[in-house]
Amino acid sequence: MRLDAQIPSGPLADKWDNHRFSVKLVNPANRRKYHVIVVGSGLAGGAAAATLAEQGYNVSCFCYQDSPRRAHSIAAQGGVNAAKNYPNDGDSIRRLFYDTIKGGDFRAREANVYRLAQVSVNIIDQCVAQGVPFAREYSGYLDNRSFGGAQVSRTFYARGQTGQQLLLGAYSSLSRQIGLGTVKMYNRHEMLDVVIVDGHAKGIITRHLVTGAIEAWSADAVILATGGYGNVFYLSTNAQGCNVTAAYRSFKRGAGFANPCYTQIHPTCIPQHGEDQSKLTLMSESLRNDGRVWVPKKIEDCPLDPKMVPEEARDYFLERKYPSFGNLAPRDISSRAAKEACDSGRSIAPGGQGVYLDFADAIQRLGQKAIAERYGNLFEMYECITGENAYERPMKIYPAVHYTMGGLWVDYNLMSNVPGLFVLGEANFSDHGANRLGASALMQGLADGYFVLPATLPNYLAEVGANRPSLEVAPFKAAIEAVKERTARFLSIGGKRSARSFHVELGKIMWEKCGMARSKQSLEEALQEIPALREAFWKELCVPGTGESLNMELERAGRVADFLEFGELLCRDALAREESCGGHFRVEYQTDDGEALRNDEAFAHVAVWEHKGDAALPERHQEPLVYEAVKFSTRSYK
Amino acid sequence: MAAPCNLSGSCIPSLFKKYLMALTGFVMVGFVLVHMMGNLQMFRGPDAINQYAHFLKTLPGALLWGMRGFLIVAIGVHVWMAILLTKENRAARPQGYLKQAVVRATWASRTMGLSGSLLLFFIVFHVLHFTTRVIFPEYQMEDYYTILEGDVVFNVYQMVVDSFSKPWVTGFYLFAMGALCLHLSHAVWSMFQTLGWTNKRTRPMLKGLARVYGWVIFIGFVVVPLGVISRILPPMMGDEEVIILSIEAEPFDSESL
Amino acid sequence: MKLFLKIWRQPNAAAVGAFEDYVLDNISPDASFLEMLDQLNEQLITQGKEGVAFDHDCREGICGMCSLTINGIAHGPRRATTTCQLHMRHFRDGETVTIEPFRARPFPVLRDLVVDRSAFDKIIQSGGFISVRTGSAPEANQTLVAKPDADRAMDAAECIGCGACVAACKNASAMLFVSAKIVHLNTLPQGAPEKNRRLLNMVKTMDEAGFGNCSNYGECEAVCPKGIPLDFIGQLNREWAVAKMKDIVSGVE
Repeated sequence: MRLDAQIPSGPLADKWDNHRFSVKLVNPANRRKYHVIVVGSGLAGGAAAATLAEQGYNVSCFCYQDSPRRAHSIAAQGGVNAAKNYPNDGDSIRRLFYDTIKGGDFRAREANVYRLAQVSVNIIDQCVAQGVPFAREYSGYLDNRSFGGAQVSRTFYARGQTGQQLLLGAYSSLSRQIGLGTVKMYNRHEMLDVVIVDGHAKGIITRHLVTGAIEAWSADAVILATGGYGNVFYLSTNAQGCNVTAAYRSFKRGAGFANPCYTQIHPTCIPQHGEDQSKLTLMSESLRNDGRVWVPKKIEDCPLDPKMVPEEARDYFLERKYPSFGNLAPRDISSRAAKEACDSGRSIAPGGQGVYLDFADAIQRLGQKAIAERYGNLFEMYECITGENAYERPMKIYPAVHYTMGGLWVDYNLMSNVPGLFVLGEANFSDHGANRLGASALMQGLADGYFVLPATLPNYLAEVGANRPSLEVAPFKAAIEAVKERTARFLSIGGKRSARSFHVELGKIMWEKCGMARSKQSLEEALQEIPALREAFWKELCVPGTGESLNMELERAGRVADFLEFGELLCRDALAREESCGGHFRVEYQTDDGEALRNDEAFAHVAVWEHKGDAALPERHQEPLVYEAVKFSTRSYK
Repeated sequence: MAAPCNLSGSCIPSLFKKYLMALTGFVMVGFVLVHMMGNLQMFRGPDAINQYAHFLKTLPGALLWGMRGFLIVAIGVHVWMAILLTKENRAARPQGYLKQAVVRATWASRTMGLSGSLLLFFIVFHVLHFTTRVIFPEYQMEDYYTILEGDVVFNVYQMVVDSFSKPWVTGFYLFAMGALCLHLSHAVWSMFQTLGWTNKRTRPMLKGLARVYGWVIFIGFVVVPLGVISRILPPMMGDEEVIILSIEAEPFDSESL
Repeated sequence: MKLFLKIWRQPNAAAVGAFEDYVLDNISPDASFLEMLDQLNEQLITQGKEGVAFDHDCREGICGMCSLTINGIAHGPRRATTTCQLHMRHFRDGETVTIEPFRARPFPVLRDLVVDRSAFDKIIQSGGFISVRTGSAPEANQTLVAKPDADRAMDAAECIGCGACVAACKNASAMLFVSAKIVHLNTLPQGAPEKNRRLLNMVKTMDEAGFGNCSNYGECEAVCPKGIPLDFIGQLNREWAVAKMKDIVSGVE
């Protein structure tokens, strides 16, 4: 596998400029001769499709939802970072770059991250011009806030719905192009395979989710913006439909999958209520500004009404362990501390998964009104889901899978190792290293879609020329047949179990054996259990109905089938990475006081997995990470 | 997609139809107020109402027919738009719900079509009854003319009193006024909303105003038949017994009323 | 909890649908409404029957994909709540619950409870945007936006495009949806240059899609999970008149 990151030469700050000058361009008159497929319509996909169409390319955009406006970028709450330095508090492109590299635990590429920080500034301009109603001061200027423990206020936000507003901005640009006829939008189409012709990605196979039609589409380049794979854990904050299929199918066609073990767990989610639960809901991290996290010191106090547990019998474990950051310790650290507390038997929720987030002190200090002003909508949401009043009773929270930093490997141009296959947003691995900072996902998705890809794609297109293959060539015919066969197989197993039941079981294995804390033993167990589960899946699955109609069980079966393979890859990556970094914590690799222990000598690289056929194990490749502008350091939040 | 322009009105923008609905409604909202004030002349005695009626009838023909024409056109457009809009609204949901709950919509707003149809029927009846007087041809007889300040004028007062002495006429009239009240209590604020003359602050006020207006108009109209029934408005002529009865009930002094 | 369910089943857009009755037991009051339907589907699938198709995605009340008319109310009985955020504790044990798709001519049923809401996308495509090319935006703080305007735009922009307004309206009118987008974009200075064009085009597309007319019932506002107010329809009406007048006098396009 050839892994050339294509990082431009020159000083870090000039790389992007130099690169943009050196790439080939496509003449405006020739652009309409090129056809580009964009899969996914979230921040990255929607922005890319709209921008490429504006430039004059023929774009076809696909999404599985009923409208491009529903992509899961919409659920991001907090905000979007940008190095505007409006508050004049010492921010700069270099500081955003450094914070992102450090936050990613030194497992991201310098050049990519620096470019991200550079274009972050343009993102805000673009979004404001589109009519994104960011929060403003009375003067009419844009407001900023500090987010996720950052030392500068660089986060732009639109109430608690920043993701929604940014997505609606991208959706409006995309809609404009659809209206103009430059983008053909295919809603309720799910990509089931990528087609490689002569080594280049030249098309995709989709299933029309309403009619069941399996169709082939050819293009000069294929762009995947298909999101993350958090749903491999079954319960996560992802939308129900989020899946790994597009990325995993590409992996099986030769694209390298990078760092699948980097998964982010968010500390403040509403705990699971029971076995029938389908999803975990995130509560904004901002709650930790005023809430205190605790569990009872004694196991026997756990079932008590929290009010009956006296102050001295409570363990405010974050404040105890991290006196300087306290309840504001970073996501991975807070999550792990909550897990430790619960693993010691002191969970306050049934099922051993829950700690208190208590506002009693803040309410006493500031009054209920002040707290309601700050978090009213969150308290309402909590009440809506749990039926409990958090003004009177502490909230119950527990960590949940939230974001995945790993993804398909891409070079500086966002092209995978398969020429013509570009990967954007959460679906690629590029910018967050082993851990993502708050308010950076939106930034990356939009940077990729609005500014990076539209500058790098023409280079590829100009090189290969406009010659998309006919749908009659062998690779298309073979791919479409393979998809049809697979679909028929799901329908013909004739077992007794639903796809969901397998997904639930896979999720349990993943969460317990490869969740917040992983060990060699647990991962090896998972690697035994997952193939067994997969075998059962192909024997006992039941998919009622036909393939020629809207069949949600069939859709789910396809996604679960891929998760059942991908989960194994994730565990394999976690097993191979013998260190703890960012969202990947191996219990064998920790300091004496239980902090993550990185191994920069052996593991300062990107792990890229290559598919070697269904019978063989995937092969692990490395892309070394070279740091020229920053020095390794250890995160400390004591 | 756009249908060709024809009488079905599908080429007219929906908001234009709504505007016509609101503007013609506005004309009628004003008209009923003036009409009601005119009716209240009844309580100033037979001469007052007869004189008022005579004044209206002897307006220059162009003016009188201009006003009548304006009203007829307003009603016509209002009805036409109502039919078009209702047809479109029905077509917009070919398959209804098995169960449809109402969360906030008022009864008045949901029965505008019904109250409106009833009012249209009432208006026709009302014109045939009091204006062209074909429903009770006796109103065209000599008996119903009287002399006022030397002119022979039509005795509106007597016609009203005689009409409302018929229970079914009074019943229908009261019922129609109820429909009018209901219609107005949604129409008045809805008109402002459709014309866009509302905002967060004025909307609740206008909703209140609409209710008050509906009731004011209702009361203003129904006091006349109620007055007749209760003999506060006694007959002017005819049956001696009736006059005696009414004198017993209350001294006949039109000025004091 | 035990529930008696009456659910609309329709194999495809062309087929004739009908209600079917189901009994579901052991429902947790903490489960969401969609989790209750998941549970029903599990039950059906293990019997080899096809599950009830319904739209859903984020299950946190923001994507706007979930729908359902529950006991005659779009998104069910709880105010300002999408179906996915509605929990079973708001139902009584032993209750009969009627579940229907959103009904409107522009929202044809695709299967069971799944409807096609692409008419909304078409309305946005005809004008629900600010025509700015990527890269041509000026410095973000160059155009100031008064806070009340920014807040009003945000109030309107919260619309999730779920279509409950249409489903609840006796006339299946889409005015609340259209007004939310109009108020969002027309309130901001960035949206001002295309204000009239946007309005006329969006209303035209709305009409062509076959939605009904606004009779100011207020049902839309009552069921809107994001509390979009009727006042926005007032603003739409007002600005449309101005735009149409300009169009008649001097032409807008």
